[in-house]
Amino acid sequence: MKAVARRLVILIPYLWLLVFFLLPFLIVFRISLSEPAIAMPPYLPVFDLEEGWRAIFDKLSQLTWGNFEFLLEDSLYINAYLSSLRIALLATFLTLLVGFPLAYGMARAPQGLRPVLLMLVILPFWTSFLIRVYAWIGILKPEGLLNQFLLALGLIDRPLAILNTETAIFIGIVYSYLPFMVLPIYANLEKLDYSLIEAALDLGCTAFGAFWKVTAQLALPGVLAGCLLVFIPAMGEFVIPDLLGGTRTLMIGKTLWTEFFNNRDWPVAAAVATLLLLVLVVPIVLFQNAQARAQRAAQ
Amino acid sequence: MIRSKLLLSTVAAFAAMAVTAVAQERVVNIYNWSDYIDESVLEEFTKKTGIKVVYDVFDSNEILETKLLAGSTGYDIVVPTGTFLARQIQAGVFQELDKEKLPNLENMDPAIQQRLEKYDPGNNHAINYMWGTTGIGINVDKVKERLGDDAELNSWALALDPDVVSKLEDCGVYFLNTPEEVIPAALNYLGLDPDSTDENDLAKAEEHLLKIRPHIRKFHSSEYINALANGDICLAVGWSGDILQARDRAAEADAGVTVEYIIPKEGALMWFDNMAIPADAQNVEEAHEFLNYIMTPEAIAKASNYVYYANGNAASKPLLNEDVIGDPAIYPDEETVQRLYTTSPKGQREQRALTRVWTKVTTGQ
Repeated sequence: MKAVARRLVILIPYLWLLVFFLLPFLIVFRISLSEPAIAMPPYLPVFDLEEGWRAIFDKLSQLTWGNFEFLLEDSLYINAYLSSLRIALLATFLTLLVGFPLAYGMARAPQGLRPVLLMLVILPFWTSFLIRVYAWIGILKPEGLLNQFLLALGLIDRPLAILNTETAIFIGIVYSYLPFMVLPIYANLEKLDYSLIEAALDLGCTAFGAFWKVTAQLALPGVLAGCLLVFIPAMGEFVIPDLLGGTRTLMIGKTLWTEFFNNRDWPVAAAVATLLLLVLVVPIVLFQNAQARAQRAAQ
Repeated sequence: MIRSKLLLSTVAAFAAMAVTAVAQERVVNIYNWSDYIDESVLEEFTKKTGIKVVYDVFDSNEILETKLLAGSTGYDIVVPTGTFLARQIQAGVFQELDKEKLPNLENMDPAIQQRLEKYDPGNNHAINYMWGTTGIGINVDKVKERLGDDAELNSWALALDPDVVSKLEDCGVYFLNTPEEVIPAALNYLGLDPDSTDENDLAKAEEHLLKIRPHIRKFHSSEYINALANGDICLAVGWSGDILQARDRAAEADAGVTVEYIIPKEGALMWFDNMAIPADAQNVEEAHEFLNYIMTPEAIAKASNYVYYANGNAASKPLLNEDVIGDPAIYPDEETVQRLYTTSPKGQREQRALTRVWTKVTTGQ
């Protein structure tokens, strides 16, 4: 009886994955193998259960890999993936650079202060993401707050062009995803036993050495989790580059939008999405392996 | 399609519940462009007919089209532009209008109706709401400051001559982010057919636009209204009514910004936004009542006076404000109209070629 109950509990996450990940993915994948058409929905063939299974099997032969071949023919798509990859990696690194000291400071703050600091990190989430990104337009634009501030200080004598550049995209991503980096690192650092550092220092380690060999190593799972939580959404990011970055920056999210909305080519858009997923699955699998290895080592 | 069947049955179940809830209340769900109506027009409709208006807005044809093609939008009236309308009719998105229920059709301008037939043969699926042109908006003082007081301000050269536009770069140049509007303008400027889908022609347009590109600050289809009105930019290639709205906002703010709309002498794109009823609309009766109401001279004149776009309703002309009917930027004279051009709906391949050129222009890839 107990064994059955245990299996049922395990079943829930699998069911969740099946319904909210695998099924939608299969639908997208199936569209990626179709041809565009002027119809509702705008692709062929369309499977209809009412036509019976035989009709569906007959239509299977109409599916084609052509859209994926097309993605490889035009350098646009590969460049878009590479450009997204570059931006996502750099943005993740920058977020880590800002997020780690923040998490470290929070973890070392007096016990009573920590809930307040934690609250301050989470607080911006109470405002809509879109509004927060829009607010950055007001800050970064040529006659915006930042430029006026710098002009008033006399640091610059003409407004800096930040909005509609790649810099603005990085600012937007770092700002928006900072909590995703801070929280897992903080969770790890908070558990950290500081007597270990004292021991390292007592045994003649330098302050930096102790930080690197003890704190950084023990925070590593949190850092990895934080990096993935930032990297994955940054890779497919559409809103931030669209609002802050202008049209010049090529990113895969934007390419997908163009295929779907401007070309109304759902099959190619679905193929782009399928490839994006594959690109993202690789780092996740690597992370899972690293986690599993770390757990084995800990035992 | 399996998914939509499932979805449909769920929606139907919800709809059934909703119907019992609102049995006594008649509703019409309208999906229109943002900033595109005087709200009091809707209020008066409700007062007159007792039909509640649920009003929702979009800012690009692409979004509207994607929703329509996915089906079950829940909207009873939508407002696509001509070229999009044509393709959507072909895809079976719209139902035929019941003209018996639209006696006010007699108010419509035959000349506009005839132009619309290019997209909707027989005018069977849609009525014209507004029409306008795609031209150039400028901040007059800033442009003159850079080009000289006697500069020629009535040509596409302002936006499409690399030598001219490079002088405006520092104070800001915006272009619409739609290949369907900017590429025809470039083709027309180069002396080619603005409606061309020929590969060589498109290549020439691409080459030319790439020369302009370094001087353009942003490609965007709505931000230029505020940017022009605030004096943040010098020039925008945009839609007539939007630029005229910017002109009025600038005048109201009285901060020394003067915006002007130009229909260039080389000609400009003329487009039509039209109201149509999706095939799967729930409130067909109410939708017809609304269409008939919006064709009354009073209602449509009020809308035009508010949004600064010309409408396709001949009977409304006496009711239009002087700054609308008398403004050649809104109701161009016959000679200007002769220079306006229209484009046709594009097939899948042509559309892809057009968008590909556009991606190259906007991103350099």
